[in-house]
Amino acid sequence: MSEGTLYDKVWDRHKVTTLPTGQDQLFIGLHLIHEVTSPQAFGMLRERDLEVAYPKLTHATVDHIVPTADQSRPYEEDAAEEMMSELEENVREAGIEFSDPTTGDQGIVHVIGPEQGLTQPGKTIVCGDSHTSTHGAFGALAFGIGTSQIRDVLATGTVAMEKQKVRKIQVDGELGEGVEAKDIILEIIRRLGTEGGVGYVYEYAGEAIENLNMEGRMSICNMSIEGGARAGYVNPDETTYEWLKATDYFQENPEKFDELKPYWESIASDEDAEYDDVVHIDASELEPVVTWGTTPGQGVGVTEPIPAPEELPAEKQDTARRAQEHMRVEPGETMEGYDIDVAFLGSCTNARLPDLRRAAEIIEGRQVDDDVRAMVVPGSQRVQHAAEEEGLKDTFEEAGFEWRNAGCSMCLGMNEDQLEGDEASASSSNRNFVGRQGSKEGRTVLMNPQMVAAAAVTGEVTDVRDLQEVTVA
Amino acid sequence: MSGSDEVEIPEVDYVSGSGIPVRGNDIDTDQIIPARFMKVVTFDGLGEFAFFDLRFDDDDNPKDHPMNEDRFQNSSVMVVNSNFGCGSSREHAPQALMRWGIDAIIGESFAEIFAGNCLALGIPTVTADSETIQELQDWVDEHPDEEIEIDVEAEEVTYGDTTIDVTVDEAQRKALVDGVWDTTALMKSNADAVREKAKELPYVDDEAIPEAE
Ligand code: SF4
Repeated sequence: MSEGTLYDKVWDRHKVTTLPTGQDQLFIGLHLIHEVTSPQAFGMLRERDLEVAYPKLTHATVDHIVPTADQSRPYEEDAAEEMMSELEENVREAGIEFSDPTTGDQGIVHVIGPEQGLTQPGKTIVCGDSHTSTHGAFGALAFGIGTSQIRDVLATGTVAMEKQKVRKIQVDGELGEGVEAKDIILEIIRRLGTEGGVGYVYEYAGEAIENLNMEGRMSICNMSIEGGARAGYVNPDETTYEWLKATDYFQENPEKFDELKPYWESIASDEDAEYDDVVHIDASELEPVVTWGTTPGQGVGVTEPIPAPEELPAEKQDTARRAQEHMRVEPGETMEGYDIDVAFLGSCTNARLPDLRRAAEIIEGRQVDDDVRAMVVPGSQRVQHAAEEEGLKDTFEEAGFEWRNAGCSMCLGMNEDQLEGDEASASSSNRNFVGRQGSKEGRTVLMNPQMVAAAAVTGEVTDVRDLQEVTVA
Repeated sequence: MSGSDEVEIPEVDYVSGSGIPVRGNDIDTDQIIPARFMKVVTFDGLGEFAFFDLRFDDDDNPKDHPMNEDRFQNSSVMVVNSNFGCGSSREHAPQALMRWGIDAIIGESFAEIFAGNCLALGIPTVTADSETIQELQDWVDEHPDEEIEIDVEAEEVTYGDTTIDVTVDEAQRKALVDGVWDTTALMKSNADAVREKAKELPYVDDEAIPEAE
């Protein structure tokens, strides 16, 4: 059993009681909701004549179905309009704050929470969305929940959970050029497997993690769930506090910052904390990672050969064979040169300002390949506006990218942004499951945002370091 | 607590029904219910879209899939392999399976959120090792009409002349067997303690804490 970790401390501070099932009842400090997973929960509440217990600790946004081109109401698609109206009615009735598109604060739920300062160290945060793990970057205990649990949180301000084990992932060494946070997490999932984290919460630590900015830490925590861990976190430090200080909440309540800081410091893992497992990764050995298959664990360094199914553990071989057939890749070859039809720069993994900046650096002075449809979908309206002000929008548009409004977009293809037929996409998102991007023949190659930019201009999976050398020369 | 918000929660200590094998590791919830069918504000009617893209081609013609086979149409116990239900946390996935007719799932392993979502619907997710599961899948293939019995409390599954030991997560077993898997009512009865907890937390503003009922 772990002891003295952030996970243990935050859990203890939020535990109300142990239920007859043996699960703990945990108080929830922030409940984020969006249009896809909440309407049924509000429906269940109505059926039982219950009210939202803690509306002021609840915050809503719209992201999954929101159109990223024309956002005028009513939305062109009836189903999208219905979901939006339902959410509007639910939040109005319950008195829940809603970052809707007219506020300028709307965006992907895991982008806007941190932006507004709602996400803070030592909070318990839930959302009916598996990538809620993102918020762990701030030293929060954040996890995705199902709709029945959303009902629980709405009705009681708590969830029932079993405590998990804690695995420390120690990432030492310095990242090389073209290699970033996304590559660290793809490497972790590749090594530990998509189910390696089941039963665990991941603590990301070490020099390479400490050197990351908050956006990088978010990219890592975001994909904890792809490694089977329900939550992941980084201990709060000066980088975290600097971010917090600049957010709305602490700008409006500066006294709160000094008031809360001792609490934040107190919940960080102790030097001598005990972990259930420790794993070491050397960041300096990494190169940009790309996926060759249909699970996020099927990744490979961009210059490394794609593994033969027989080389993999027995239980992974079948999935690998099917994945290679679907992706039409051959073991022994590298992913370099794999033809790309679509470049998607977006999602809660990699659509924050620094992500767009790094990609823009690559495409500056270059053109999107003639056969590629390329789009940027900023993670939030604030990211979008900041990027427009910096001139990033112009850089992207001049290179031939489409510049869209904020939302989930082609990460999961619930709005009009979808792959068609067997198109292959270079995507900065987090899931390459069959059908994920809207077409069941579609093929998704996950990679970091600079790599997406490189693929967009060459029309194929490209080692971004090759382009960087050219730029430097 | 007033009687009106009490919901009758059945105990799920035993489930039986004929089986349906759905083979493959790492079957994610995007496959169980593709995102485009989630543009709904209720779960009603999701059953017909369960595994849709694996069951139908682009022109909606049925493909080879156990859920399309006549012999499995009345099945209620799904037998799956490892890491079933990984990926998105959508409760639409177990909802779709439940509405198709599934009452219990036996497999090698389940993704946690998926298993939690199943529990919230009273669907047991019981596990056994990979060999045992494959034998059971083969048996179901040959005996599509015969019953599989799941004794949740005793952690046993019986089919034909065979009884196997299975594992049911401890909290899940208690919740199902004691009929406390619907946690809303249970947790609401602790509302006072919850308020006290909220007051102790330095980041919760007083005005965010509701008055006692
Ligand atoms: S961007 Fe993708 S992964 Fe993130 S919340 Fe939206 S759909 Fe989910």
